[in-house]
Amino acid sequence: MTDATLPATPEKPQDISLIRHALRNRGVFWGGIVLLLIAVLAIVGPFFVADPTALNPINRLKPPGAAGLFGTDMLGRDVYSRVVNGAQVSLVVGLSVAVVAVALGLFLGLIAGYIRLMDALIMRLMDGLMSIPAILLAIALISLSGATLATVIVAIVIPEIPRVVRLVRSVVLTVREEPYVEAAISAGTKVPTILVRHVLPNTIAPLIVQATYICGSAMLTESILGFLGAGIPPEIPSWGNIMSEGRTFFQLTPWIIFFPGVCLALTVLAVNVVGDGLRDTLDPRIAKAMR
Amino acid sequence: MTRYITMRVLSTIPVMVLVALFVFLMLRLAPGDPASVIAGDYATAEDVARIREQLGLSDPIVVQFFRWVGALIQGDLGTSIFSGKPVTELIGQRIEPTMLLALTTILFAVVVAVPLGTIAAFRAGSLLDRVVMLFSVSGFSVPVFVLGYILIYTFSMSLKILPVQGYKSPFTEGLGPFLYHITLPTVTLSVIFVALIARMTRASVIEVLEEDYIRTARAKGQSELTILMRHALRNAAVPVVTVIGIGIALLIGGVVVTESVFNIPGLGRLVLDAVLARDYPIIQGLILFFSFIYIFINLMIDLSYTLLDPRIRY
Repeated sequence: MTDATLPATPEKPQDISLIRHALRNRGVFWGGIVLLLIAVLAIVGPFFVADPTALNPINRLKPPGAAGLFGTDMLGRDVYSRVVNGAQVSLVVGLSVAVVAVALGLFLGLIAGYIRLMDALIMRLMDGLMSIPAILLAIALISLSGATLATVIVAIVIPEIPRVVRLVRSVVLTVREEPYVEAAISAGTKVPTILVRHVLPNTIAPLIVQATYICGSAMLTESILGFLGAGIPPEIPSWGNIMSEGRTFFQLTPWIIFFPGVCLALTVLAVNVVGDGLRDTLDPRIAKAMR
Repeated sequence: MTRYITMRVLSTIPVMVLVALFVFLMLRLAPGDPASVIAGDYATAEDVARIREQLGLSDPIVVQFFRWVGALIQGDLGTSIFSGKPVTELIGQRIEPTMLLALTTILFAVVVAVPLGTIAAFRAGSLLDRVVMLFSVSGFSVPVFVLGYILIYTFSMSLKILPVQGYKSPFTEGLGPFLYHITLPTVTLSVIFVALIARMTRASVIEVLEEDYIRTARAKGQSELTILMRHALRNAAVPVVTVIGIGIALLIGGVVVTESVFNIPGLGRLVLDAVLARDYPIIQGLILFFSFIYIFINLMIDLSYTLLDPRIRY
């Protein structure tokens, strides 16, 4: 206690034990393995499969088997190679939406939770944003700005922000009453320092959990947008737009929808299982409330 | 109490104004000239000018906003660029299938999910509980349209007991054909709801079962069924109603997709057709319409707490 240079929290060693602790959870472990396999497939796979855009009109709408592991689509393109390439889009969308939404939500949530003046303003804005159905908002944003990978990501991020802001704000509101924050205030610590040093670390565990759920729901939203024809343009194969193109001949060639659908469901399931596991291990408080 | 209700009702006004502002600015702040975006890639200069004139885009933005809000207050959601019909009229033509699908879905989901969640909570940790929870996690992970196609494949194409797609109005074509056609869409759309509500019911029943009055009820020898019905379920109602409110947003998104899969001529199809045609007044009007419904339902849910749980006082 007398040693003034003693760091408040031993940061590094704790982080490592947290990861080890989380990996002991079965959900995190098995979900993590599935995600790792899908990530490897998405990164390495495209080098080993046929060109996903190569047309082969003679082999149109062929069932899985001789014409390819997952069959071919209406233009004779290899569905397996399109699905492998589509994995990239899903992972990129899931990860970037999670990172951007959490970063923006964290920033706004810290401000709303700590600066009273901004609280009402930011939270009312978030209430407004939350009232607009996410998919409709995304469809409208994309139809206005044109569909590219970037606009799809932005359109999925915007409706996700309010939930992060609410979560961060609720953590900040409880933390700001803690004795160590009061001590820091009375010691004359500046607001940004308090936020970064004392408040921010408390938000990390619930945010990691929230980020996994956002990642899963972003992948689903991307596929829904793709399916509705409002998502990433068909030149870049994504699980959503492969399924969208498979709709026309669904009764003849159901595999064009089934294979990407199963891959997507498996990926999102793995993400959600990891999220549940992380919630149970990292954040016992939320785990109890959400159990 | 009256004061709480008044305040809660009034609190929806700023949110509605904000939503209107968002929707208004979305078109104006979009990169590029909104008129030419709406007109599309093959439009002539006259088309662009006509659309700009029609949307009043050449006036100052403040003038545009107040003119738009003024019309909105009078119930005017704008006019479709292509059909020239008022958006409210288009909504009126398409609202029936959407409302009925939403209703059957909520009904079906509650009827299935509440018993599932309750049984899972009562036998927490058992095989049945694990199965329900596994179903719940999976329900969140399968995209609603994939589910729709799996159901079509199973029940319409393989077993041939239900129609592939389409919609029959119960008012003009009778209840039988309506139910025959609405079953698959309802089940498709319900799955995510069942997952959500079952999970929430389970959590809140488990919590209620740990209360002292449940122990008292057991101690005085009441049967498990009475304990469940009289004490546990009633107290689990509040979180379940909350989750239905949260789910409305999910439902609205799901309706758009489900209508597209099953070819149901509802509001979801109207949105998609408008997106393809870049008929922005329709998109704008529908977003506002759905947002106001969302705000209204959540208002009703907040107010229902006072009825469901007498302990909640304001």
